[in-house]
Amino acid sequence: MTRLPQLEVDVHGLAYATETRTLVHGVDLCTASGEFVGLIGPNGAGKSTLLRMLARVLPRTAGTIRLRGRDLDTLSAREVATNLALVPQTAPYTQGFHAVELVLMGRYPHLGRLAAEGTADINTAMDAMCLTETDSFADRTLETLSGGERQRVFLARAVAQHSRVLLLDEPTANLDILHQLKILSLVRRFVDEGLTAIAAIHDLNMASRYCDRLVALSEGRILAQGEPAAVLTPAILAATFGIRAEVYADPVTGSPVVSPIGPADEQVRTHETTQGEEQHE
Amino acid sequence: MAGQHTLRAFRRLSVGTRLAIGLPVLSVLVLATGLVSLRLGPVPIKTLEVVWAALSTMGLDGPSVDRTAQLVIEQIRLPRIIVGAAVGLALGLSGTAMQGLFRNPMADPGIIGVSAGGAVGAVTAIATGLVDLFWLALPVFAFVGAALALLLVYGIAAVGGRISMATLLLAGVAVNAFLGAVISAIIYLLPSEGPLREILYWLAGGLDSRSWDHVRIALPPIAVGAAALALTARDLNLLALGDDEARSLGVRTGATRTALLAASALVTGSAVAVSGSIAFVGLVTPHVLRLVLGPDHRVLMPMSALGGALFVMLADMAARTVIQPAEFRVGVLTAFVGAPFFVFLLIKNKRQVYTL
Repeated sequence: MTRLPQLEVDVHGLAYATETRTLVHGVDLCTASGEFVGLIGPNGAGKSTLLRMLARVLPRTAGTIRLRGRDLDTLSAREVATNLALVPQTAPYTQGFHAVELVLMGRYPHLGRLAAEGTADINTAMDAMCLTETDSFADRTLETLSGGERQRVFLARAVAQHSRVLLLDEPTANLDILHQLKILSLVRRFVDEGLTAIAAIHDLNMASRYCDRLVALSEGRILAQGEPAAVLTPAILAATFGIRAEVYADPVTGSPVVSPIGPADEQVRTHETTQGEEQHE
Repeated sequence: MAGQHTLRAFRRLSVGTRLAIGLPVLSVLVLATGLVSLRLGPVPIKTLEVVWAALSTMGLDGPSVDRTAQLVIEQIRLPRIIVGAAVGLALGLSGTAMQGLFRNPMADPGIIGVSAGGAVGAVTAIATGLVDLFWLALPVFAFVGAALALLLVYGIAAVGGRISMATLLLAGVAVNAFLGAVISAIIYLLPSEGPLREILYWLAGGLDSRSWDHVRIALPPIAVGAAALALTARDLNLLALGDDEARSLGVRTGATRTALLAASALVTGSAVAVSGSIAFVGLVTPHVLRLVLGPDHRVLMPMSALGGALFVMLADMAARTVIQPAEFRVGVLTAFVGAPFFVFLLIKNKRQVYTL
């Protein structure tokens, strides 16, 4: 298959405002198919809001979103669902649904209103659960799963949805380090097979390892975007997160590694014990 | 333990298989209960005669039947049983829909005041004499009353997204108390005592002296509402996870919610119009069935419809036989079962109820 770079998602002047304040200011963003875009930025930078607008879950207040050249507003609710899959930040649940039943919900947009899932759909769901290593708790109810397990079940649902674009809101937030690596490798694999992924990722080093391109957001504006090495620079990190950080090349993978030193406005303590951790609010 | 194992195995079956097994089982139970119920009463009628009489009522020929037996079946027992089944079906459906819509297992048309709204509508239609002018006034007023009450509770309880159980129950208490006062006021203001008896009918649900007129009033709107609810059953699964989830999987949340509210009010109002307020059917039925069938509304909705019908038919049978030759109101019987069940649920969900 020849893969011409095609604009999968093309966002222009995207904005979201409530009555009292503006959360996203005129964002321009485009991704080709087969691209893994990471959204980085501090809490409240507008990453989730952006993703929710892209999934048409949140109505935007201005701007246009085009999906393979078609205006998102002209698509039916079902077309949107078959083209875009959203994995929410907090995996919600209602009591009683088995994990596999949640994954099967990813098949709903592909089925007629009164149709039940057939064998093919169930196989699709089980395949997705195997890929995300959630098949072992397919028959357990959602409320008995840990946060991380549930998050992987939601990713399995997005996989079963068979959409061309994956919108992931902190897909690795509740996962242990092994599953962080596994899940991001899985997303990477889908992207290499031609899907598009846009993910909000808190862990800068994970973002740097797996994404083709990073978009640094702060206060609803894009401060920088480009290859990880171009975005993860001390200057951009200072502007985006307000931190002082050093960036090195990873000795094994070669991808940039961010080493946060401390808040940008603070005197650096140079004890050997102050290898700072990433600052969370 | 073996029973529990079977239960779990059944629960794991696909939606289609669960329906393919469940629907025939409940249908047979409903028909059998109907048949047994047709036999019960002061006039003894043999089972075969019951069958022939029922068939001939539906225009099918069979061996001729004793005239009295034919009349009793045709004019008294059959319409009553059909109204009972339709009312139970409606209440089972609306209970399921409301529990899904409010994302809350305690929702029930009686508890949250929707039935009371329907009753106020029905009572208004009777008190003003509009019923005597055109017969559609009763179901139309009951529907409007139920719809207004539902919108009111929804408006109170659904502020700010997720509905807490305490808010919902308190909103129900308030709405029920208010609508009860409205009914008292209407009774107090009645110019004559003429319609009083008829009005008192609505204060406790019952199925006595139901005729084919009541069948004609209730069945069409309940059928329409049931069809609408069948179409939204799958969306309810997604709405239960929240609006973002539902939208991202292709649900038009606003339109779906409007359809659900309208259909719930329609079936509840129609049920109340012909039977008064029969409590707890909408609470108990989906709860019990959810234990066996799981929470998928595509299974739960149709099964709760049949389950509700079965529940009301059984309660009606009990109401007619327990204190023969007198009889209880059906609503009394369902409350005997339902109220303790409600308390049991309250205790079970204590933490969720008390934390706001």
